[in-house]
Amino acid sequence: MANDVPLSWFLIMSLVMFTVGGVGVVIRRNPVVVFMCIELMLNSVNLTFLAFARYGITPGQTIEQANASAMGGQIAVIFVMAVAAAEVAVGLGIIMAIFRLKNRADVDDMSALRG
Amino acid sequence: MTGNQLAFLVLAAIGCLSALGVVVFGQNAVRSALFLVLNFFVLGFVYFALGAQLLGITQIMVYAGAIMVLFLFVIMMLQLRQDSSAKEPTDFKRPFAWLFGAALALSVMNYVVMPLSMTAESPVGDEFGRPQAIGNVLFSLYSWPFEVTSVLLLIGIVGSILLAKRRI
Repeated sequence: MANDVPLSWFLIMSLVMFTVGGVGVVIRRNPVVVFMCIELMLNSVNLTFLAFARYGITPGQTIEQANASAMGGQIAVIFVMAVAAAEVAVGLGIIMAIFRLKNRADVDDMSALRG
Repeated sequence: MTGNQLAFLVLAAIGCLSALGVVVFGQNAVRSALFLVLNFFVLGFVYFALGAQLLGITQIMVYAGAIMVLFLFVIMMLQLRQDSSAKEPTDFKRPFAWLFGAALALSVMNYVVMPLSMTAESPVGDEFGRPQAIGNVLFSLYSWPFEVTSVLLLIGIVGSILLAKRRI
C-alpha cells in the first residue's frame, strides 16, 4: 500500500544480519564484541517482527485482525528493546567483574565453571 | 525498479556491510562498535520505510544512543591491549562457523522466505506506526507486560550495581 518493496526483501536483510551475528558470536573472542553480535541478532529479529507486522501473511484475515496483529508485532519490538537494554547493563557488568578478576578479557579464559 | 525499492536496496546494502564489518573488518573493539552504530542508524531508517515511525525514532535513540554509549564506556574502561585480545588468532572454529552460518541462511531462505509470495501489498494503513496508536494498545491491552518490564529493568539496575561494586 505504502511502498512497493516486497516483504521478502526485508526478511532477506534480517536473515543476513542474523547469520552474520551468529557467526560472530562463534568466531570472535573479545566478550564485548560477542555482546555486540548478540545485539545484532536481536535487532534482526526486531526487523522481522516489524516486517510481518506491516505485511501480515495470514490469508483471509479481516482488516481488524490485521490491525491487531500489526500492533502486537510493534509491542513485541518494544519489549525486545527493553529486555536488550537490561541484558546489556547486566552483561557488561559481568564482563567488568571478570576483567577485574583475571585482568584480561577473552572468552576462552572464562572456564572457571567447566566441570 | 522504483525509487522506493532503490532506496531500500541502498539501505540494506549499507546495513548488511556494516553488520559484516562488526564481525570481519573490525579487528579492534572500537571499530566494531562504530560499525554497529552505523548498522543501528540504517536499521532505524528501514523502520521508517516500514511505516513504524515511533519505533524508528526509538531505535536511533535507545540503540544508537544509549546502548552504544554503554558499550564504548566499557571498552574505554577495559583498556584492551592490542596484543592480547584485539588480535584474534585463526583457529579451527572459523571455517566451521562460516559453514554453519551459510547452512542456516540457505535453509531459512529455502523453507521460509521462498514460499512467501512476492507481494508488496500491506493490509494495514500508514497510521499503524503512529505514537498514538501504539500508546493506546500499550497502556490498555498490554499493560501487564509493561508493568512486568518495569520490574525487570529495576532488577537489571540493582544487579549491575551489585556486579560493579568492589565490596558491598
